[in-house]
Amino acid sequence: MTDSNPLWEVFVRPRRGLSHGHVGSLHAPDAEMALRNARDLYTRREEGVSIWVVPATEITASSPQEKDAFFDPAADKIYRHPTFYEMPEGAEHI
Amino acid sequence: MPPDELPEEPGARSLLDQVADAERDLAEAAARDRPDADADAYFEAVIAADQKIEPRDAMPDAYRKTLIRQIAQHAHSEIIGMQPEGNWITRAPSLARKAILLAKVQDEAGHGLYLYAAAETLGVDRADLYAQLLSGRQKYSSIFNYPTVTWADVGAIGWLVDGAAIVNQVPLCRCSYGPYARAMIRVCKEESFHQRQGFQSLYVLARGTERQRAMAQDAVDRWWYPSLAMFGPPDSDSTHSAQSMAWKIKRYSNDELRQKFVDMTVQQAEVLGLTLPDPDLRWNAERGHYDYTQPDYDELMRVIKGDGPCNRQRMANRRDAVESGAWVAEAAAAYAAKRTAARQEAMA
Amino acid sequence: MNEDVGYLLGLADDALIASHRLSEWSSQAHDLEEDIALSNIALDLLGQARMLLTLAGEREGAGRDEDALAYLRDEREFRNVQLVELPRGDFAVTVVRMLFFSAYQAELYLRLEAESGERPDLAAIAAKSLKEVAYHLDHATRWTVRLGDGTAESHRRAQRAVDELWPYTHELFETEGDLRGAWLARVERVLAEATLTRPADDADRFRPTGGRSGVHTEHMGYLLAEMQHLHRSHPGAVW
Repeated sequence: MTDSNPLWEVFVRPRRGLSHGHVGSLHAPDAEMALRNARDLYTRREEGVSIWVVPATEITASSPQEKDAFFDPAADKIYRHPTFYEMPEGAEHI
Repeated sequence: MPPDELPEEPGARSLLDQVADAERDLAEAAARDRPDADADAYFEAVIAADQKIEPRDAMPDAYRKTLIRQIAQHAHSEIIGMQPEGNWITRAPSLARKAILLAKVQDEAGHGLYLYAAAETLGVDRADLYAQLLSGRQKYSSIFNYPTVTWADVGAIGWLVDGAAIVNQVPLCRCSYGPYARAMIRVCKEESFHQRQGFQSLYVLARGTERQRAMAQDAVDRWWYPSLAMFGPPDSDSTHSAQSMAWKIKRYSNDELRQKFVDMTVQQAEVLGLTLPDPDLRWNAERGHYDYTQPDYDELMRVIKGDGPCNRQRMANRRDAVESGAWVAEAAAAYAAKRTAARQEAMA
Repeated sequence: MNEDVGYLLGLADDALIASHRLSEWSSQAHDLEEDIALSNIALDLLGQARMLLTLAGEREGAGRDEDALAYLRDEREFRNVQLVELPRGDFAVTVVRMLFFSAYQAELYLRLEAESGERPDLAAIAAKSLKEVAYHLDHATRWTVRLGDGTAESHRRAQRAVDELWPYTHELFETEGDLRGAWLARVERVLAEATLTRPADDADRFRPTGGRSGVHTEHMGYLLAEMQHLHRSHPGAVW
């Protein structure tokens, strides 16, 4: 088990109608093998209907240090949420 | 369910229910407000709020090191743990049992992989972890250094060893480190199949011929004390516990978990009609627990240090797989490099 | 033995013995991902063997179930081709054998599926197994190409496996001669992509035979001894 093989992040769509979600990672020499390894590893119990694999090095992540700058500005824009708007009595289907 | 309504101890409810609870709590913790604190205090605030630390969060170096050590040891245990049971795949006494055993050993490879993946989020490489296993710097569960000498050992491992592992692992579904907690939820859901197949296999043997029954009892006699030793040294001697508890990596002490395992196993042994090899095992109404004989911790230490019956064999086997297959990994890497080069040439 | 039962046993034993050899890789593969993949394929083949043995037992009508047929027949009663019983070998042998065998199974099951009017039970098993075999063939194809076109060492090992196993492939077509053309087309395409040389079919050279009538290599006895000894040590026991 010498693996100099690259690391791949695996995303699985559990059922039709749901988004792909991150399930874990694995090592594989290339994309074709990564996809097949992901099928064997992460869908042994019918956990998925579609798989994405992405080289771990290709993911650009926000850093925890940037957390405030990234996510806090969204906190005061409560008008983006439907619950911000109080509907007058009698308005239906909205 | 709010945290104060959760059962006090592991095993109080069905283990699978506890895994489901942990999974739901994980989602609920995520939904609570993020702790508002500066970077230094952020880690402590997240732990205090029972939220999860995620890979790129700032964390104390010792927390990272403790997790790497623990997750790697756990992953190694899954991989080395394939060997004692794998020993019986080609000899399984029925095709149905063969399929179950093959699937189970395969699951263990999968569990090892989930766990290595969790460890890798902490900035280590799987290849380095293998190297540390092979050099003996990282350990694996001492239980896998005992031999599987009869078919009934496969059942006893499923029932006792996997049973002990689940008692140990269910609380880890609530571990403060997110990737480890998520991996453990996945592992525990699959692991309960392992314990049930072991129990059921022993159940059939215990009700079979006289020789099958004797085989089952003999296996339980040999695996009982090593299974108790799986929970580690007694609390008075355990070096890692206090800090791990404070960090919410560990939720219960070794002795608490061992007691829980004994309490739930006694009743199961009765259903099986097999005897646990401890003449002093009896209910203590005052404590509300079973009294039992402690395993031989000197033996545990000897086995951990490398002098169990199968340590050398297990490691030699692992090393052989690595070394004799190195050319395959090299071939795959070489092919991938050629493909990449060809694609780049085509684009140029 | 009724001809149909003998035929079904041939299919079943191929899958059973191929599964046995693959299961020997458990905890021995070069990486965890491949360990899991090989176990998956071994499990698929074991599943096929169980369905086929059960069907053979029903056709025979002598009350033998899958275990009676797997564990209580002697070596001379096994009908598998010799290709599947050869020792596990290195990973190149495993991959090339999987390529040869699953390409054969793919053609065979395609035909059996199409003959659903004649043998509906068998056609149903073939239809289910085809999806599995397609995956095995895909796996074997990708690895054959990677080994053949990987390093000098892997190429040497892959070519050696092709050369050693090729003579055993003739036995696959002793009774299914019409399938060899399609099989060759599949296999030659893969070998070419893998930069491997397809051996010549020299009719005067070594061409092992006998598996379908129960004459096996010397390896088979040891395989069965291992597989059957526990079951036979406890006559009549339930597991």
